[in-house]
Amino acid sequence: MKALSEQHKGVWVFSENKELMLELLGKGKELAENLTTELAAVLLGHNVKDRADELLGYGANKVYLVDNPLLEKPLAEPYVSALTSLAKQYKPDILLFGSTRKGKELASRTAARLETGCVPDCTHLSIDASKRLLMGRVVYGGNAVATHFCRTKPQIATVPRRVFEKLPYMERKGELVNFDVKLEEPKTEIVDVKKIEAAKVKIEEAKVVVAGGRGLDKKEDFAILDELAKVLGGQVAYTRPLCEDRKWFTDWVGLSGHYIKPALYIGCGISGVIQHVAGIRDSQIIVAINKDPEAPIFEIADYKIVGDLYEIIPALTEAIKKQLKT
Amino acid sequence: MLKIIVCVKQALDVTQIKADPATRQLIIVDAKRKISDFDKNAIEAAMQIKEKQGAEVTALTVSAEDAKMILREALAMGADKAHMISDPAFEGSDTLATSYMLAEAIKKIGEFDLILCGEASVDSYSAQVGPRLAERLGIPQITYARKLNVEGNILTAERTLEDSYETVTAKTPVLVTVTAEINTPRIPSLMAIMKASKKEIVTWTAQDLGISKEKVGKTGSAIQVTEVLAPKVERKKIVITGETAAEIAEKLAKELIKEGVVGR
Repeated sequence: MKALSEQHKGVWVFSENKELMLELLGKGKELAENLTTELAAVLLGHNVKDRADELLGYGANKVYLVDNPLLEKPLAEPYVSALTSLAKQYKPDILLFGSTRKGKELASRTAARLETGCVPDCTHLSIDASKRLLMGRVVYGGNAVATHFCRTKPQIATVPRRVFEKLPYMERKGELVNFDVKLEEPKTEIVDVKKIEAAKVKIEEAKVVVAGGRGLDKKEDFAILDELAKVLGGQVAYTRPLCEDRKWFTDWVGLSGHYIKPALYIGCGISGVIQHVAGIRDSQIIVAINKDPEAPIFEIADYKIVGDLYEIIPALTEAIKKQLKT
Repeated sequence: MLKIIVCVKQALDVTQIKADPATRQLIIVDAKRKISDFDKNAIEAAMQIKEKQGAEVTALTVSAEDAKMILREALAMGADKAHMISDPAFEGSDTLATSYMLAEAIKKIGEFDLILCGEASVDSYSAQVGPRLAERLGIPQITYARKLNVEGNILTAERTLEDSYETVTAKTPVLVTVTAEINTPRIPSLMAIMKASKKEIVTWTAQDLGISKEKVGKTGSAIQVTEVLAPKVERKKIVITGETAAEIAEKLAKELIKEGVVGR
């Protein structure tokens, strides 16, 4: 175990996802101000220098740039060698990664090479009285929130989409550090990419989410949820069993899927297993519709309706249409 | 013959965890232990490769407590060998320490072509041990695989990412983590369970691996836990009833408009 070093300074952020990078800058700024230190963005890629101004505009005091053809795609070996070389040279105190699936593997591998800790999927980040980073995340399948700190530097955390907000853009000046280092060659090769058919609006962005679970008997029955979502200007979402067991859809809301916090969440025929609840818990208003009065989802609902979703949902669509007209 | 090591974890059955509503403290002592769900998908993936082209499959676990139960399950599913690295000194290990212990165990086991892990464990769900282990062993990793194929020394996997399926190739040795999508784990027959109960489980302690106790358990871990609490539940829990669906729907629609979450 390496001793804590006083030399480590600065908050760094990195994500290969452009939006998530800006959200990390938003939270990173607050952490850097609490520590009276600077905020830096790590920019990796090929011919990406033009993005530096945007990162400064969203709050970075400094941009560390590694521009190299090997960084064209986010593959572990070149990315991890760029990140770890930078960290060894400039010794950041805190390093935040975006919690995409690629981001998480880069964070894990970077932490391993730097022999430090990493707390993934943090929904709470703050600085304590001893100037340590406190990292909160959901554990035990959604049953608890655990708070951690890291005894080694850099302190690494990963952060999911939409947990923190980006700052408003302002023209800002800052420093661009061009870092030239020999990178490792990738040991994996991407041979094909198939886009997963995406909804028009990403589920994280939806203000209203109408979610369906095992209470729906057929895939076609989602038409009634689509109707309701349309009237509410929202999106339809699914639970994991509908995707993995019934193979009706490809991505789900929950601990292992999307984390959402819409203004309104309506759960239809969803029992509310803890893993699903972990992905919706922070919604502003939760409505639950279920035949089973004992369904656990009712424990976290603001409005509870015990009844047949096949009757309630079309009626609700009509009622909302009527209310919105008057 | 292809040598496959499957890393498995004895996890808490999270459905059995309860919390004291007053203090929000968790009650986990009585929660059952079980093999982490995605690790069963990893064993099944290994078995499918073995059945197609022949392979020797070794199940490996590290644990502070006795974890023979989950290795018996792996053997019953068809694993050829099982190794348990167990020592009370491992208690409180984070992913840094756990991946170190696994790497040391794998070095002692010897040659391998493929290491399989679940995408994450069901209890802590950090998804870090796979990539950290690959880094320790200096081999590439392919995470979140939903399809897997080995031909000669080339492994091809299709990964599930947020918005795409990505097909990736790598030369063995390589570490792959698998999702639940990849297969449906087999349920072993009674015969297989009986046979597995007679197989040897090789058990090593920290000392057997020459692992320094400074580098494992709470002392060897970078991440320390300050607090674990059940999430706060502050919901209105208003029950909406009515004679007809239309009546219920109308009441709810009015409430939602009052809340300001419907209409603009």
